[in-house]
Amino acid sequence: MNGFERLFPYLLAGVSVGGQYALIAIGYTMVYGILRLINFAHGDIFTVAGFFMVYMSATMPLVVSIPLTIILTVLLGFTVERVAYKPLREAPRMSIMISAIGVSYLLQNLMWYVTGGLAKQYPVLPWLSNSVTILSATTKIVTIVTPLLTVALVLLLLQLINHTKTGMAMRAVSRDFETAKLMGIKIDRVISISFIIGSFLAAAGSLLYFTNYPTVTPTVGAMPGLKAFVAAVFGGIGSIPGAVVGAFLIGISENLIKAFGYSTFSDAFTFALLIVILLVRPTGLFGEKTIDKV
Amino acid sequence: MSLLKVTDLKVSYGGIEALKGISFEVPKGQIVTLIGANGAGKSTTLRAIMGLVPLKSGGITFDGREITSLDTSRVVAEGIVLVPEGRRVFPNLTVLENLRVGAYLRRDTEEIENSLRYVYERFPRLEERSWQMAGTLSGGEQQMLAVGRALMARPKLLMMDEPSLGLAPLVVRDIFGIIKRLLEEGMTILLIEQNANAALRAADYGYVMETGRITLEGTGEELLKNQRVRDAYLGQARKKR
Repeated sequence: MNGFERLFPYLLAGVSVGGQYALIAIGYTMVYGILRLINFAHGDIFTVAGFFMVYMSATMPLVVSIPLTIILTVLLGFTVERVAYKPLREAPRMSIMISAIGVSYLLQNLMWYVTGGLAKQYPVLPWLSNSVTILSATTKIVTIVTPLLTVALVLLLLQLINHTKTGMAMRAVSRDFETAKLMGIKIDRVISISFIIGSFLAAAGSLLYFTNYPTVTPTVGAMPGLKAFVAAVFGGIGSIPGAVVGAFLIGISENLIKAFGYSTFSDAFTFALLIVILLVRPTGLFGEKTIDKV
Repeated sequence: MSLLKVTDLKVSYGGIEALKGISFEVPKGQIVTLIGANGAGKSTTLRAIMGLVPLKSGGITFDGREITSLDTSRVVAEGIVLVPEGRRVFPNLTVLENLRVGAYLRRDTEEIENSLRYVYERFPRLEERSWQMAGTLSGGEQQMLAVGRALMARPKLLMMDEPSLGLAPLVVRDIFGIIKRLLEEGMTILLIEQNANAALRAADYGYVMETGRITLEGTGEELLKNQRVRDAYLGQARKKR
Protein backbone atom coordinates (compact mmCIF):
# COMPACT_ATOMS: atom_id res chain seq x y z
CA MET A 1 0.00 0.00 0.00
CA ASN A 2 1.62 3.23 -1.11
CA GLY A 3 1.46 6.55 0.72
CA PHE A 4 -1.39 7.96 -1.26
CA GLU A 5 -3.60 4.94 -0.74
CA ARG A 6 -2.97 5.18 2.97
CA LEU A 7 -3.74 8.88 3.08
CA PHE A 8 -6.69 8.88 0.70
CA PRO A 9 -9.41 7.85 3.17
CA TYR A 10 -8.23 10.60 5.52
CA LEU A 11 -8.23 13.15 2.75
CA LEU A 12 -11.74 12.13 1.84
CA ALA A 13 -12.88 12.44 5.43
CA GLY A 14 -11.10 15.78 5.68
CA VAL A 15 -12.84 17.21 2.65
CA SER A 16 -16.16 15.99 3.98
CA VAL A 17 -15.65 17.43 7.46
CA GLY A 18 -14.40 20.60 5.83
CA GLY A 19 -17.67 20.87 3.93
CA GLN A 20 -19.64 20.56 7.16
CA TYR A 21 -17.50 23.20 8.83
CA ALA A 22 -17.96 25.42 5.79
CA LEU A 23 -21.74 25.26 5.97
CA ILE A 24 -21.62 26.38 9.60
CA ALA A 25 -18.82 28.89 9.04
CA ILE A 26 -20.81 30.82 6.44
CA GLY A 27 -23.41 31.64 9.08
CA TYR A 28 -20.74 33.10 11.36
CA THR A 29 -19.06 35.07 8.63
CA MET A 30 -22.23 36.48 7.05
CA VAL A 31 -23.62 37.72 10.33
CA TYR A 32 -20.25 39.16 11.24
CA GLY A 33 -20.00 40.83 7.85
CA ILE A 34 -23.28 42.64 8.38
CA LEU A 35 -23.64 43.14 12.13
CA ARG A 36 -19.99 42.90 13.24
CA LEU A 37 -21.35 40.36 15.70
CA ILE A 38 -19.91 36.96 16.49
CA ASN A 39 -23.10 35.01 16.82
CA PHE A 40 -22.18 32.65 19.61
CA ALA A 41 -25.57 30.98 19.37
CA HIS A 42 -24.87 29.77 15.84
CA GLY A 43 -23.22 26.52 16.93
CA ASP A 44 -26.20 25.80 19.18
CA ILE A 45 -28.63 26.44 16.37
CA PHE A 46 -26.69 23.80 14.48
CA THR A 47 -27.17 21.37 17.38
CA VAL A 48 -30.84 22.21 17.82
CA ALA A 49 -31.27 21.39 14.12
CA GLY A 50 -29.95 17.92 15.03
CA PHE A 51 -32.64 17.52 17.70
CA PHE A 52 -35.35 18.86 15.41
CA MET A 53 -34.42 16.03 13.08
CA VAL A 54 -34.42 13.49 15.90
CA TYR A 55 -37.91 14.45 17.05
CA MET A 56 -39.43 15.07 13.63
CA SER A 57 -38.18 11.84 12.14
CA ALA A 58 -39.58 9.90 15.08
CA THR A 59 -43.11 10.64 13.99
CA MET A 60 -42.85 11.65 10.35
CA PRO A 61 -41.39 10.23 7.19
CA LEU A 62 -38.08 11.67 6.04
CA VAL A 63 -39.58 13.54 3.10
CA VAL A 64 -41.50 15.60 5.65
CA SER A 65 -39.06 15.68 8.54
CA ILE A 66 -36.05 16.86 6.55
CA PRO A 67 -37.72 19.96 5.06
CA LEU A 68 -39.49 20.60 8.35
CA THR A 69 -36.17 20.48 10.22
CA ILE A 70 -34.73 23.02 7.82
CA ILE A 71 -37.77 25.28 8.11
CA LEU A 72 -37.80 25.12 11.92
CA THR A 73 -34.08 25.85 12.08
CA VAL A 74 -34.48 28.85 9.80
CA LEU A 75 -37.36 30.03 11.95
CA LEU A 76 -35.23 29.63 15.06
CA GLY A 77 -32.36 31.65 13.60
CA PHE A 78 -34.78 34.35 12.48
CA THR A 79 -36.49 34.49 15.87
CA VAL A 80 -33.21 34.63 17.79
CA GLU A 81 -32.19 37.67 15.75
CA ARG A 82 -35.53 39.42 16.21
CA VAL A 83 -35.79 38.76 19.92
CA ALA A 84 -32.22 38.92 21.15
CA TYR A 85 -30.27 41.08 18.68
CA LYS A 86 -32.63 43.49 16.98
CA PRO A 87 -33.60 45.38 20.14
CA LEU A 88 -29.88 46.02 20.68
CA ARG A 89 -29.22 47.56 17.28
CA GLU A 90 -28.21 50.91 18.74
CA ALA A 91 -26.52 49.47 21.82
CA PRO A 92 -22.74 49.10 22.17
CA ARG A 93 -21.37 46.08 20.38
CA MET A 94 -20.48 44.39 23.65
CA SER A 95 -24.16 44.23 24.69
CA ILE A 96 -25.24 42.30 21.64
CA MET A 97 -22.26 39.96 22.05
CA ILE A 98 -23.33 39.21 25.61
CA SER A 99 -26.87 38.69 24.37
CA ALA A 100 -25.50 36.15 21.89
CA ILE A 101 -23.72 34.28 24.68
CA GLY A 102 -27.00 34.33 26.62
CA VAL A 103 -28.89 32.83 23.70
CA SER A 104 -26.23 30.17 23.37
CA TYR A 105 -26.67 29.09 27.00
CA LEU A 106 -30.43 29.33 26.75
CA LEU A 107 -30.52 26.99 23.76
CA GLN A 108 -28.09 24.56 25.39
CA ASN A 109 -30.12 24.45 28.58
CA LEU A 110 -33.36 24.07 26.71
CA MET A 111 -31.83 21.08 24.97
CA TRP A 112 -30.76 19.60 28.30
CA TYR A 113 -34.24 20.21 29.64
CA VAL A 114 -36.06 18.66 26.71
CA THR A 115 -33.78 15.65 26.30
CA GLY A 116 -33.15 15.09 29.98
CA GLY A 117 -29.47 15.04 29.12
CA LEU A 118 -29.75 11.73 27.34
CA ALA A 119 -28.13 11.11 24.00
CA LYS A 120 -30.82 10.80 21.36
CA GLN A 121 -30.53 8.43 18.48
CA TYR A 122 -30.08 10.22 15.17
CA PRO A 123 -32.15 8.74 12.34
CA VAL A 124 -30.40 6.76 9.66
CA LEU A 125 -30.84 8.55 6.38
CA PRO A 126 -31.18 5.93 3.66
CA TRP A 127 -28.84 6.21 0.71
CA LEU A 128 -26.71 8.83 2.47
CA SER A 129 -25.70 6.25 5.08
CA ASN A 130 -24.90 3.56 2.55
CA SER A 131 -21.32 2.53 2.05
CA VAL A 132 -19.34 3.11 -1.09
CA THR A 133 -15.80 2.22 -2.01
CA ILE A 134 -13.72 4.70 -3.93
CA LEU A 135 -10.19 3.66 -4.75
CA SER A 136 -8.80 2.39 -1.49
CA ALA A 137 -11.39 3.97 0.77
CA THR A 138 -14.67 2.61 1.99
CA THR A 139 -16.92 5.30 3.28
CA LYS A 140 -20.52 6.47 3.54
CA ILE A 141 -22.11 8.20 0.59
CA VAL A 142 -22.62 11.27 2.75
CA THR A 143 -18.86 11.76 2.80
CA ILE A 144 -18.86 12.19 -0.95
CA VAL A 145 -22.08 14.18 -1.06
CA THR A 146 -21.08 16.69 1.61
CA PRO A 147 -18.32 18.55 -0.22
CA LEU A 148 -20.25 18.51 -3.48
CA LEU A 149 -23.39 19.87 -1.86
CA THR A 150 -21.35 22.43 0.05
CA VAL A 151 -19.68 23.72 -3.09
CA ALA A 152 -23.02 23.86 -4.91
CA LEU A 153 -24.66 25.79 -2.07
CA VAL A 154 -21.72 28.17 -1.82
CA LEU A 155 -21.82 28.90 -5.55
CA LEU A 156 -25.54 29.53 -5.29
CA LEU A 157 -24.99 31.86 -2.36
CA LEU A 158 -22.23 33.78 -4.13
CA GLN A 159 -24.52 34.15 -7.12
CA LEU A 160 -27.18 35.57 -4.84
CA ILE A 161 -24.79 37.98 -3.17
CA ASN A 162 -22.99 39.19 -6.27
CA HIS A 163 -25.73 39.19 -8.87
CA THR A 164 -29.07 39.96 -7.28
CA LYS A 165 -30.63 43.08 -5.91
CA THR A 166 -30.94 41.51 -2.46
CA GLY A 167 -27.27 40.59 -2.59
CA MET A 168 -26.37 44.13 -3.57
CA ALA A 169 -28.37 45.42 -0.62
CA MET A 170 -26.55 42.99 1.66
CA ARG A 171 -23.17 44.21 0.46
CA ALA A 172 -24.27 47.81 0.88
CA VAL A 173 -25.57 47.20 4.39
CA SER A 174 -22.41 45.32 5.36
CA ARG A 175 -20.42 48.44 4.59
CA ASP A 176 -22.59 51.31 5.74
CA PHE A 177 -25.88 50.94 7.62
CA GLU A 178 -26.91 54.54 7.47
CA THR A 179 -26.18 55.18 3.82
CA ALA A 180 -27.92 51.92 2.97
CA LYS A 181 -30.96 53.26 4.79
CA LEU A 182 -30.73 56.45 2.74
CA MET A 183 -31.10 54.32 -0.38
CA GLY A 184 -34.38 53.05 0.98
CA ILE A 185 -32.99 49.66 2.00
CA LYS A 186 -34.74 48.15 4.99
CA ILE A 187 -31.83 47.19 7.19
CA ASP A 188 -33.82 44.84 9.43
CA ARG A 189 -35.02 42.88 6.46
CA VAL A 190 -31.48 42.45 5.11
CA ILE A 191 -30.23 41.36 8.52
CA SER A 192 -33.05 38.85 8.81
CA ILE A 193 -32.19 37.45 5.41
CA SER A 194 -28.59 36.91 6.45
CA PHE A 195 -29.74 35.02 9.56
CA ILE A 196 -32.15 32.98 7.47
CA ILE A 197 -29.43 31.99 5.02
CA GLY A 198 -26.98 31.24 7.84
CA SER A 199 -29.50 29.04 9.66
CA PHE A 200 -30.51 27.29 6.48
CA LEU A 201 -26.91 26.34 5.78
CA ALA A 202 -26.41 25.32 9.42
CA ALA A 203 -29.44 23.03 9.10
CA ALA A 204 -28.01 21.49 5.94
CA GLY A 205 -24.64 21.12 7.67
CA SER A 206 -26.36 19.53 10.65
CA LEU A 207 -28.07 16.89 8.51
CA LEU A 208 -24.77 16.01 6.86
CA TYR A 209 -22.77 16.09 10.08
CA PHE A 210 -25.04 14.03 12.33
CA THR A 211 -25.56 11.39 9.68
CA ASN A 212 -21.99 10.39 10.48
CA TYR A 213 -22.81 9.83 14.15
CA PRO A 214 -25.29 7.56 15.89
CA THR A 215 -26.52 10.08 18.47
CA VAL A 216 -26.98 13.74 19.31
CA THR A 217 -26.35 15.35 22.70
CA PRO A 218 -26.86 19.00 23.67
CA THR A 219 -23.14 19.77 23.69
CA VAL A 220 -22.07 17.78 20.68
CA GLY A 221 -22.44 20.80 18.39
CA ALA A 222 -20.02 22.90 20.39
CA MET A 223 -16.88 21.47 18.80
CA PRO A 224 -17.87 21.71 15.13
CA GLY A 225 -19.34 25.11 15.93
CA LEU A 226 -16.07 26.34 17.40
CA LYS A 227 -14.06 24.90 14.55
CA ALA A 228 -16.31 26.54 12.00
CA PHE A 229 -15.73 29.77 13.86
CA VAL A 230 -11.97 29.25 13.65
CA ALA A 231 -12.41 28.54 9.94
CA ALA A 232 -14.26 31.82 9.51
CA VAL A 233 -11.50 33.72 11.33
CA PHE A 234 -8.83 31.84 9.41
CA GLY A 235 -10.42 32.72 6.08
CA GLY A 236 -10.95 36.32 7.14
CA ILE A 237 -14.17 36.87 9.01
CA GLY A 238 -16.74 38.64 6.86
CA SER A 239 -15.55 36.87 3.71
CA ILE A 240 -17.64 33.96 2.46
CA PRO A 241 -15.03 32.44 0.13
CA GLY A 242 -12.55 32.86 2.99
CA ALA A 243 -14.76 30.91 5.39
CA VAL A 244 -15.18 28.10 2.87
CA VAL A 245 -11.49 27.85 2.06
CA GLY A 246 -10.65 28.05 5.77
CA ALA A 247 -13.13 25.31 6.59
CA PHE A 248 -11.79 22.91 3.98
CA LEU A 249 -8.19 23.59 5.01
CA ILE A 250 -8.99 22.93 8.66
CA GLY A 251 -11.00 19.79 7.88
CA ILE A 252 -8.24 18.36 5.73
CA SER A 253 -5.44 19.32 8.13
CA GLU A 254 -7.19 17.72 11.07
CA ASN A 255 -7.61 14.47 9.25
CA LEU A 256 -4.09 14.41 7.90
CA ILE A 257 -2.85 14.87 11.45
CA LYS A 258 -4.92 11.84 12.38
CA ALA A 259 -3.47 9.95 9.42
CA PHE A 260 0.00 10.45 10.80
CA GLY A 261 -1.04 9.05 14.12
CA TYR A 262 -1.45 12.24 16.13
CA SER A 263 -5.22 12.04 16.62
CA THR A 264 -4.84 13.43 20.12
CA PHE A 265 -3.59 16.70 18.71
CA SER A 266 -6.05 17.24 15.88
CA ASP A 267 -8.32 19.51 17.94
CA ALA A 268 -5.34 21.24 19.47
CA PHE A 269 -4.07 21.98 15.99
CA THR A 270 -7.22 23.92 15.10
CA PHE A 271 -7.09 26.09 18.16
CA ALA A 272 -3.34 26.60 17.93
CA LEU A 273 -4.06 27.76 14.40
CA LEU A 274 -6.53 30.31 15.76
CA ILE A 275 -3.89 31.74 18.08
CA VAL A 276 -1.32 31.89 15.30
CA ILE A 277 -3.72 33.65 12.91
CA LEU A 278 -4.71 36.18 15.51
CA LEU A 279 -1.05 36.92 16.18
CA VAL A 280 0.30 36.89 12.66
CA ARG A 281 -2.56 37.90 10.40
CA PRO A 282 -5.66 38.95 12.34
CA THR A 283 -7.55 39.74 9.14
CA GLY A 284 -7.21 36.15 7.96
CA LEU A 285 -6.63 34.93 4.43
CA PHE A 286 -9.19 37.08 2.62
CA GLY A 287 -10.18 39.54 5.32
CA GLU A 288 -10.67 43.24 4.84
CA LYS A 289 -7.87 45.40 6.08
CA THR A 290 -10.19 47.63 8.06
CA ILE A 291 -12.55 45.76 10.32
CA ASP A 292 -14.24 48.80 11.76
CA LYS A 293 -16.76 50.75 9.77
CA VAL A 294 -15.53 54.03 8.45
CA MET B 1 -46.16 76.29 -3.20
CA SER B 2 -43.92 74.69 -0.64
CA LEU B 3 -42.70 71.23 -1.44
CA LEU B 4 -41.18 70.74 1.99
CA LYS B 5 -42.46 72.40 5.10
CA VAL B 6 -40.78 71.96 8.47
CA THR B 7 -42.58 73.28 11.53
CA ASP B 8 -41.08 73.80 14.97
CA LEU B 9 -38.78 70.81 14.73
CA LYS B 10 -37.10 69.71 17.94
CA VAL B 11 -34.49 67.00 18.26
CA SER B 12 -32.51 65.89 21.30
CA TYR B 13 -29.46 63.70 21.40
CA GLY B 14 -28.52 62.21 24.73
CA GLY B 15 -29.98 65.09 26.73
CA ILE B 16 -28.65 67.84 24.46
CA GLU B 17 -31.12 69.76 22.35
CA ALA B 18 -29.64 69.75 18.88
CA LEU B 19 -32.65 71.45 17.29
CA LYS B 20 -34.60 73.87 19.44
CA GLY B 21 -37.63 74.33 17.27
CA ILE B 22 -36.83 75.28 13.71
CA SER B 23 -39.26 76.08 10.92
CA PHE B 24 -38.53 76.59 7.26
CA GLU B 25 -39.89 75.90 3.82
CA VAL B 26 -38.52 74.76 0.51
CA PRO B 27 -40.63 75.96 -2.43
CA LYS B 28 -40.95 73.72 -5.44
CA GLY B 29 -38.33 74.21 -8.14
CA GLN B 30 -36.13 76.36 -5.95
CA ILE B 31 -32.91 75.98 -4.06
CA VAL B 32 -32.85 76.73 -0.38
CA THR B 33 -29.73 76.69 1.71
CA LEU B 34 -29.07 76.30 5.40
CA ILE B 35 -25.82 77.90 6.47
CA GLY B 36 -24.18 78.05 9.83
CA ALA B 37 -21.16 77.02 11.83
CA ASN B 38 -20.20 73.46 12.68
CA GLY B 39 -22.60 72.05 15.23
CA ALA B 40 -25.36 74.53 14.45
CA GLY B 41 -27.69 71.61 13.66
CA LYS B 42 -27.71 71.69 9.87
CA SER B 43 -26.92 68.02 9.37
CA THR B 44 -29.24 67.06 12.18
CA THR B 45 -32.04 68.88 10.36
CA LEU B 46 -31.51 66.81 7.22
CA ARG B 47 -31.16 63.61 9.22
CA ALA B 48 -34.38 64.38 11.06
CA ILE B 49 -36.22 64.88 7.77
CA MET B 50 -34.89 61.53 6.54
CA GLY B 51 -36.09 59.80 9.69
CA LEU B 52 -32.57 58.89 10.79
CA VAL B 53 -32.90 60.61 14.16
CA PRO B 54 -35.99 60.52 16.36
CA LEU B 55 -37.92 63.77 16.70
CA LYS B 56 -38.90 65.24 20.02
CA SER B 57 -41.65 67.30 18.49
CA GLY B 58 -42.58 69.23 15.42
CA GLY B 59 -43.96 68.42 12.02
CA ILE B 60 -42.69 67.77 8.51
CA THR B 61 -44.92 67.81 5.45
CA PHE B 62 -43.79 66.98 1.97
CA ASP B 63 -45.82 67.59 -1.16
CA GLY B 64 -48.85 68.13 1.06
CA ARG B 65 -48.38 64.87 2.95
CA GLU B 66 -47.43 64.34 6.55
CA ILE B 67 -44.05 62.59 6.70
CA THR B 68 -43.18 63.25 10.33
CA SER B 69 -41.41 60.26 11.90
CA LEU B 70 -41.76 58.05 8.85
CA ASP B 71 -39.27 55.25 8.31
CA THR B 72 -36.28 56.31 6.22
CA SER B 73 -37.25 53.97 3.40
CA ARG B 74 -40.76 55.49 3.36
CA VAL B 75 -39.29 58.99 3.20
CA VAL B 76 -37.17 57.93 0.23
CA ALA B 77 -40.25 56.42 -1.38
CA GLU B 78 -42.04 59.74 -0.94
CA GLY B 79 -39.33 61.36 -3.05
CA ILE B 80 -36.73 62.85 -0.72
CA VAL B 81 -33.15 61.79 -1.19
CA LEU B 82 -30.13 62.87 0.80
CA VAL B 83 -26.61 63.06 -0.58
CA PRO B 84 -24.81 62.51 2.71
CA GLU B 85 -21.85 64.43 4.01
CA GLY B 86 -18.56 62.86 3.02
CA ARG B 87 -20.18 61.28 -0.06
CA ARG B 88 -20.46 57.84 1.49
CA VAL B 89 -20.40 55.88 -1.74
CA PHE B 90 -20.24 52.12 -1.18
CA PRO B 91 -16.55 51.44 -1.80
CA ASN B 92 -17.11 47.69 -2.11
CA LEU B 93 -19.65 48.10 -4.90
CA THR B 94 -18.86 49.03 -8.48
CA VAL B 95 -19.84 52.44 -9.81
CA LEU B 96 -22.72 50.85 -11.69
CA GLU B 97 -23.89 48.98 -8.60
CA ASN B 98 -23.76 52.17 -6.58
CA LEU B 99 -26.06 53.77 -9.12
CA ARG B 100 -28.37 50.77 -9.15
CA VAL B 101 -28.58 50.69 -5.39
CA GLY B 102 -29.72 54.31 -5.63
CA ALA B 103 -32.76 53.03 -7.52
CA TYR B 104 -33.35 50.35 -4.90
CA LEU B 105 -36.99 51.17 -4.23
CA ARG B 106 -37.97 51.54 -7.85
CA ARG B 107 -39.77 48.76 -9.64
CA ASP B 108 -39.95 50.29 -13.13
CA THR B 109 -37.07 48.33 -14.65
CA GLU B 110 -37.14 50.05 -18.03
CA GLU B 111 -37.32 53.52 -16.56
CA ILE B 112 -34.35 52.70 -14.39
CA GLU B 113 -32.29 52.15 -17.52
CA ASN B 114 -33.39 55.58 -18.73
CA SER B 115 -32.32 57.13 -15.46
CA LEU B 116 -28.99 55.38 -15.79
CA ARG B 117 -28.52 56.90 -19.24
CA TYR B 118 -29.54 60.28 -17.86
CA VAL B 119 -26.93 60.04 -15.09
CA TYR B 120 -24.22 58.83 -17.48
CA GLU B 121 -25.00 61.73 -19.82
CA ARG B 122 -24.47 64.18 -17.01
CA PHE B 123 -21.45 62.41 -15.61
CA PRO B 124 -19.59 60.74 -18.49
CA ARG B 125 -16.75 59.97 -16.08
CA LEU B 126 -19.01 57.56 -14.25
CA GLU B 127 -19.80 55.64 -17.40
CA GLU B 128 -16.09 55.30 -18.19
CA ARG B 129 -15.58 53.87 -14.74
CA SER B 130 -18.78 51.93 -14.36
CA TRP B 131 -17.00 48.63 -13.60
CA GLN B 132 -14.53 50.13 -11.19
CA MET B 133 -15.01 49.75 -7.46
CA ALA B 134 -16.30 53.05 -6.12
CA GLY B 135 -13.58 53.05 -3.49
CA THR B 136 -10.98 53.61 -6.21
CA LEU B 137 -12.53 56.87 -7.44
CA SER B 138 -11.12 60.30 -6.63
CA GLY B 139 -12.95 62.52 -4.17
CA GLY B 140 -14.55 64.57 -6.93
CA GLU B 141 -15.65 61.48 -8.83
CA GLN B 142 -17.09 60.03 -5.65
CA GLN B 143 -19.12 63.20 -5.16
CA MET B 144 -20.41 62.89 -8.72
CA LEU B 145 -21.30 59.30 -7.97
CA ALA B 146 -23.07 60.26 -4.77
CA VAL B 147 -25.15 62.80 -6.67
CA GLY B 148 -25.76 60.38 -9.54
CA ARG B 149 -26.79 57.69 -7.07
CA ALA B 150 -29.27 60.09 -5.50
CA LEU B 151 -30.69 61.03 -8.90
CA MET B 152 -31.27 57.33 -9.65
CA ALA B 153 -34.07 57.44 -7.09
CA ARG B 154 -35.72 60.16 -9.19
CA PRO B 155 -36.25 62.42 -6.19
CA LYS B 156 -38.66 65.32 -6.03
CA LEU B 157 -36.42 66.92 -3.43
CA LEU B 158 -32.66 66.54 -3.42
CA MET B 159 -30.95 67.32 -0.14
CA MET B 160 -27.20 67.79 -0.18
CA ASP B 161 -25.03 67.85 2.91
CA GLU B 162 -21.76 69.71 2.33
CA PRO B 163 -21.20 68.56 -1.23
CA SER B 164 -18.08 70.69 -1.63
CA LEU B 165 -16.38 69.55 1.57
CA GLY B 166 -12.78 68.51 1.01
CA LEU B 167 -12.87 68.99 -2.74
CA ALA B 168 -10.51 71.05 -4.90
CA PRO B 169 -11.87 74.48 -5.94
CA LEU B 170 -12.23 73.38 -9.54
CA VAL B 171 -14.30 70.39 -8.52
CA VAL B 172 -16.39 72.58 -6.24
CA ARG B 173 -17.19 74.71 -9.26
CA ASP B 174 -18.27 71.58 -11.12
CA ILE B 175 -20.55 70.61 -8.28
CA PHE B 176 -22.24 74.00 -8.26
CA GLY B 177 -22.51 73.78 -12.04
CA ILE B 178 -24.39 70.51 -11.62
CA ILE B 179 -26.65 72.02 -9.00
CA LYS B 180 -27.49 74.86 -11.37
CA ARG B 181 -28.30 72.48 -14.17
CA LEU B 182 -30.52 70.34 -11.96
CA LEU B 183 -32.46 73.46 -11.00
CA GLU B 184 -32.91 74.38 -14.64
CA GLU B 185 -34.41 70.94 -15.12
CA GLY B 186 -36.91 71.68 -12.40
CA MET B 187 -35.33 69.95 -9.40
CA THR B 188 -35.93 71.25 -5.89
CA ILE B 189 -32.83 71.38 -3.74
CA LEU B 190 -32.09 71.84 -0.07
CA LEU B 191 -28.40 72.55 0.33
CA ILE B 192 -26.22 72.66 3.40
CA GLU B 193 -22.85 74.31 3.03
CA GLN B 194 -19.97 75.60 5.08
CA ASN B 195 -18.94 77.38 1.91
CA ALA B 196 -21.60 79.97 2.63
CA ASN B 197 -20.48 82.28 -0.10
CA ALA B 198 -21.01 79.79 -2.92
CA ALA B 199 -24.19 78.46 -1.32
CA LEU B 200 -25.82 81.88 -0.97
CA ARG B 201 -24.87 82.84 -4.49
CA ALA B 202 -26.62 79.76 -5.79
CA ALA B 203 -29.59 79.91 -3.44
CA ASP B 204 -33.02 81.42 -3.96
CA TYR B 205 -33.51 81.59 -0.25
CA GLY B 206 -31.37 80.97 2.78
CA TYR B 207 -31.61 80.33 6.48
CA VAL B 208 -28.86 80.97 8.98
CA MET B 209 -28.65 78.47 11.82
CA GLU B 210 -26.98 78.99 15.16
CA THR B 211 -26.91 76.38 17.92
CA GLY B 212 -30.13 74.68 16.96
CA ARG B 213 -32.11 77.77 15.98
CA ILE B 214 -32.76 79.70 12.82
CA THR B 215 -31.60 83.21 13.57
CA LEU B 216 -31.85 84.86 10.19
CA GLU B 217 -33.46 84.26 6.85
CA GLY B 218 -33.76 85.95 3.52
CA THR B 219 -33.08 85.59 -0.16
CA GLY B 220 -29.58 84.56 -1.09
CA GLU B 221 -28.78 88.09 -2.14
CA GLU B 222 -30.09 89.67 1.05
CA LEU B 223 -28.04 87.33 3.18
CA LEU B 224 -24.93 87.92 1.12
CA LYS B 225 -25.26 91.65 1.84
CA ASN B 226 -26.18 91.24 5.49
CA GLN B 227 -23.39 92.49 7.71
CA ARG B 228 -23.91 89.85 10.40
CA VAL B 229 -23.69 87.08 7.83
CA ARG B 230 -20.66 88.65 6.24
CA ASP B 231 -18.87 88.91 9.56
CA ALA B 232 -19.73 85.47 10.77
CA TYR B 233 -19.71 83.25 7.69
CA LEU B 234 -18.18 84.99 4.74
CA GLY B 235 -14.88 85.79 6.39
CA GLN B 236 -14.90 89.39 5.29
CA ALA B 237 -14.55 91.04 8.67
CA ARG B 238 -10.80 90.80 8.49
CA LYS B 239 -10.64 92.64 5.21
CA LYS B 240 -11.99 95.81 6.77
CA ARG B 241 -8.91 97.97 6.82
